[in-house]
Amino acid sequence: MVAGTPAMTFAIEALNVEKRYGALHALAGVSLAIAEGEFFGLLGPNGAGKTTLISIIAGLVRASAGQVRVMGADVVSDYRRSRRMLGVVPQELVFDPFFSVRETLRLQSGYFGLRSNDAWIDEVMHHLDLVSKADANMRTLSGGMKRRVLVAQALVHRPPVIVLDEPTAGVDVGLRQGLWQFIRRLNRDGHTIVLTTHYLEEAEELCDRIAMLKAGRIVALDSTRNLLETFSGLVLKLRLDRDALPDGLEATQISAEGGRFTLRLRDYNALEQVLHRVRETGAAIKELELEPPDLEDVFLRVMEKH
Amino acid sequence: MGGFPTLLYKELLRFWKVSFQTVAAPVLTALLYLVVFAYALGDRVRMFEQVSYAQFLVPGLVMMSVLQNAFANSSSSLIQSKVSGNLVFMMLPPISYLEFFGAYVLASMVRGLVVGTGVLLVTVWFVDLHVAAPAWVLLFALLGAAILGALGLIAGIWADRFEQIAAFQNFVILPLTFLSGVFYSIHSLPALWQAASHLNPFFYMIDGFRFGFFGVSDFPPRASLAVVAVSFALLSSACLLLLRSGYKLRQ
Ligand SMILES: Nc1ncnc2c1ncn2[C@@H]1O[C@H](COP(=O)(O)OP(=O)(O)OP(=O)(O)O)[C@@H](O)[C@H]1O
Ligand SMILES: [Mg+2]
Repeated sequence: MVAGTPAMTFAIEALNVEKRYGALHALAGVSLAIAEGEFFGLLGPNGAGKTTLISIIAGLVRASAGQVRVMGADVVSDYRRSRRMLGVVPQELVFDPFFSVRETLRLQSGYFGLRSNDAWIDEVMHHLDLVSKADANMRTLSGGMKRRVLVAQALVHRPPVIVLDEPTAGVDVGLRQGLWQFIRRLNRDGHTIVLTTHYLEEAEELCDRIAMLKAGRIVALDSTRNLLETFSGLVLKLRLDRDALPDGLEATQISAEGGRFTLRLRDYNALEQVLHRVRETGAAIKELELEPPDLEDVFLRVMEKH
Repeated sequence: MGGFPTLLYKELLRFWKVSFQTVAAPVLTALLYLVVFAYALGDRVRMFEQVSYAQFLVPGLVMMSVLQNAFANSSSSLIQSKVSGNLVFMMLPPISYLEFFGAYVLASMVRGLVVGTGVLLVTVWFVDLHVAAPAWVLLFALLGAAILGALGLIAGIWADRFEQIAAFQNFVILPLTFLSGVFYSIHSLPALWQAASHLNPFFYMIDGFRFGFFGVSDFPPRASLAVVAVSFALLSSACLLLLRSGYKLRQ
């Protein structure tokens, strides 16, 4: 999917992007190419540089070095085109207390040069369940409602590339489902989606491909499936008829409690070996449960390794 | 079409929605100055022949209101957007720095002129006033408002907190307007202070504006116009350079 011809236009292309804040290297050379139509996840612990990278893509912050293009348009020299192509949902819950929801969305359309955009504004409000709040002042909305307005603001100009910086922080389950349904639909309609989140099950479910950032560097970049296969182990829960495990297992013991053991295994070969050793020692298995790999596990391993 | 018309509209809407505070309050303040100074000093003071002190004072108060409110508009709008973070909504769209400058400065000018007109309309009830050269009045009002709008924008770009704007207002704008001849003709000052007043750009704005009313002034109006025009050119260039560089707004 990524390995296109050089002439191919990427939705987002970052080349050796660096950002320094004084002595702090917030981004230490990030290169990334996100293809059109991808659903892409940008993960990393607090302070990894996700928001900084997004801000550079959006032209909110200037990179100390490197280049970024959105749909082929350089974010500095061709900013008019790059910004028209991009919709950003900022991480911070910001709003202008002078205006109502509808005014906010109309103003945002106008900033993009769109004068009569009410049909689309109504549709976006409908999908984000904002219709009943259309004339409410922004100040009077709850946090989750304000978040929805932020999402709507990012979509007023129908950008082909949509970047969401933790859009589900502080949002209730109902909206989260609705929001993802809507974003998925946009993705099916051809919009490229870039997402940061600390809810890893969300990323696992939604994203085709994932980049993991740590201390301003990309430490993993692959399809979600490959990441799960390569990095993730299995968690084996075992109950034996005795209180001790056989010696010499190729597994990390996470917990042991009265004949109940939780083990982390690298792969299915390790599972074979555990079962073999248990049989050899003559122990009987009372219960066995195997948990499939998940992204949280991958994430922790990747972060540990780097 | 770009984002300029909407940004201008938003800036106008912003002060118009709270016009009690942004228009009515400064009009009342100016009226209080008129009452206190004109009636306290009465006919004991005369700045120009044929011009009573109250008549002399009104154009000064009008221009002072224009200048202070133009500054207040752009500076407070920008600092509010910065502090609350909603500046991001204006930074994400493809709005050029020229459009940004134009929208903020024009909205400031409108606020300054609306307040100035308000002060004039209220004070002519109390003071008999004739306008000798309306074109000069308008020209100086427009340029003065533009200068202070641009200065307010610079202050808003530079400041990180509300207090910094307040300090700028109290320690720079207020002394410069008060010492510019709003309340007196600089010819009534000692020589040293007269000379010092000529270093104050606000003096030329007020003096030229007043010339439009009375046809007399402390300084030749064409020369004042030149000073004011050059001040505007310098300040707007500085402001445009700041905006283009992204200073503080796009780290
Ligand atoms: N304006 C700034 N001045 C100085 N340092 C900054 C600035 N903005 C960000 N940083 C620093 O850059 C680093 C990366 O921050 P960034 O906000 O990009 O992290 P993040 O990955 O988005 O984290 P989170 O998950 O908490 O949102 C942090 O160490 C942060 O403190
Ligand atoms: Mg962040």
